[in-house]
Amino acid sequence: MLSDKDRIYQNLYGLQDWKLGAAKARGDWDGITEILARGRDAIIEEVKTSGMRGRGGAGFPTGLKWSFMPKQSDGRPSYLVVNADESEPGTCKDRDIIRNEPHKLIEGCLIAGFAMGANTGYIYIRGEYYNEAVRLNAAIAQAYEAGLLGKNAAGSGFDFDLHVHRGAGAYICGEESALLESLEGKKGMPRMKPPFPAAMGVYGCPTTVNNVETIAGIPTILRRGAPWFAALGRPKNSGTKIFCISGHVNTPCNVEEELGIPLKDLIEKYAGGVRGGWDNLQAVIPGGASMPILNKEMCDTILMDFDSLKDVRSGLGSGAVIVMDKSADVIKAIWRLSKFFKHESCGQCTPCREGTGWMMRMMARIVDGQAQLSDIDLLETVTRQVEGHTICAFGDAAAWPIQGLLRAFRPLVEQRVIEAQQRNALAQAAE
Amino acid sequence: MNTQAEPKSFEFDTEAEALVTAAIAHYPMGKQASAVMPLLDIAQRQMARHTGSAWVPRVAMDVIAKRLGMAPIRVYEVATFYLMYNTKPVGKYHLQVCTTTPCWLRGSDDVVAACKSQAGISEFGETSANGLFTMSEVECLGACVNAPILQINDDYFEDMDGVRTEVLLGDLKAGGALPPAGSTAGRSGSAPATGLTALLPTTEPAE
Repeated sequence: MLSDKDRIYQNLYGLQDWKLGAAKARGDWDGITEILARGRDAIIEEVKTSGMRGRGGAGFPTGLKWSFMPKQSDGRPSYLVVNADESEPGTCKDRDIIRNEPHKLIEGCLIAGFAMGANTGYIYIRGEYYNEAVRLNAAIAQAYEAGLLGKNAAGSGFDFDLHVHRGAGAYICGEESALLESLEGKKGMPRMKPPFPAAMGVYGCPTTVNNVETIAGIPTILRRGAPWFAALGRPKNSGTKIFCISGHVNTPCNVEEELGIPLKDLIEKYAGGVRGGWDNLQAVIPGGASMPILNKEMCDTILMDFDSLKDVRSGLGSGAVIVMDKSADVIKAIWRLSKFFKHESCGQCTPCREGTGWMMRMMARIVDGQAQLSDIDLLETVTRQVEGHTICAFGDAAAWPIQGLLRAFRPLVEQRVIEAQQRNALAQAAE
Repeated sequence: MNTQAEPKSFEFDTEAEALVTAAIAHYPMGKQASAVMPLLDIAQRQMARHTGSAWVPRVAMDVIAKRLGMAPIRVYEVATFYLMYNTKPVGKYHLQVCTTTPCWLRGSDDVVAACKSQAGISEFGETSANGLFTMSEVECLGACVNAPILQINDDYFEDMDGVRTEVLLGDLKAGGALPPAGSTAGRSGSAPATGLTALLPTTEPAE
């Protein structure tokens, strides 16, 4: 178990003041000038050594990502873009950082911008987080006032400006290239890669897009040292992570824990346990809506980190743990996610635009008791025709929950179809 | 229900004008098209101030296009792509109910039912006859450990249930103001409802 002193986010629950003074008392901005004086290469090296992997869902090594940025400008400016479009169903961690620990994020932006030679940063925050954006802007104003942003930021000799850009209700803008399109004032439709953002991102300039939790964790890593962070968690899955535990637990909450914590411990120690006890557990979606669902048997032993979850063909994703007890209709729960993906498809690629509708309607047929047994395999085939056939990973994200359901709960789905058929036959005979 | 006709013209007022200038300044020279999203938002908020309904009429989109040197169609595209720009008038209180899986598991059906009965609305997208409420179904609002969520205008009302939704909307119908946003179950942010399980207060040595 992680001890309180090793938690990066000491004000996760907002029980203390978020403002600059209180943030400094918690250690934020401490020795920032000295940290930057270590130089770009040393900072990137330290982040690499820490083993930090992106906290937005993909888990790409952060230091490596930063190292893709050009060392020498070819005349074009470089940009840091922070993805605060938190929209993956189940996920609500960045919101806590922004409203309760905004100075960790702002300080992280300065360090990241410095390390990659970007004099400008944009934080793209989802539009619904209006009150959070107001607070973030207020915190940025405090940082400017204190000389921590702007010209010669924190006395480093480096100029850094930070802006907030509000989204307006589109899940797809959490995809980094759609986010960049949106930032440029267009519809949020993903771009083909390559070119990757580090070569051609916002305004055609070198850009790195990082998640809020990734950036906000950086100052503490540099202060306490890469070995401290690397010692937490498991090999290749180092450090701490904010988990969001929602659904059928007694006390839903966010909590920061070490990567690799057993799912059962996470739920029982922090979220009051499953409603009705562990044996009343039916299923868990371990990493936000697009990560394949786990049945109880898998949940009994699974560890919560990137590689352990990948081994059972699911994923850590954003660390959003959605719990369902035995009263839940898991098929309907996944249908609702299919509806989500249908609604949020940007419509650019045909397999996704049409396929999300197909998948939603076929799921609805099972839920409504109108399906044939052969529809189950047909549904699986449709998911395979969407997966991997789109510009961005949205198509995969829409296909995986259904594939996961059919892997972990196939007998339940078949039973539902058969029972409905029997009911329908009886009703017909009675007529 | 269209309670307000498309206005003949639109102009940013003094308050909005200051925001417009500030918004454009956030982006590099020549990249002012980036400001289309903030400007649509500013226009929508001005409409709410002037008419009580937060929406963006087409004439406002044309004004934005001209201001940013964009083809009007590019502004229409953006205004219709993103869910939060209302291209039709909405009620004074825009009830945005999240029904995505985490909220649904925690009882968002009850919140929807309470909204319908209190507002006198039968379907999503409808506005109540008195123009007070519009109810929309929204996708995950990103506050899932405080599910279910009812967003009213800018504010999240968290840890909702049917009864609390009825009381809240009843107060609004009676002319009350929006209460402070946040948990309606009295907990702090995303902390567990029954007491902290992490970040415990450090025990002070006894005097």
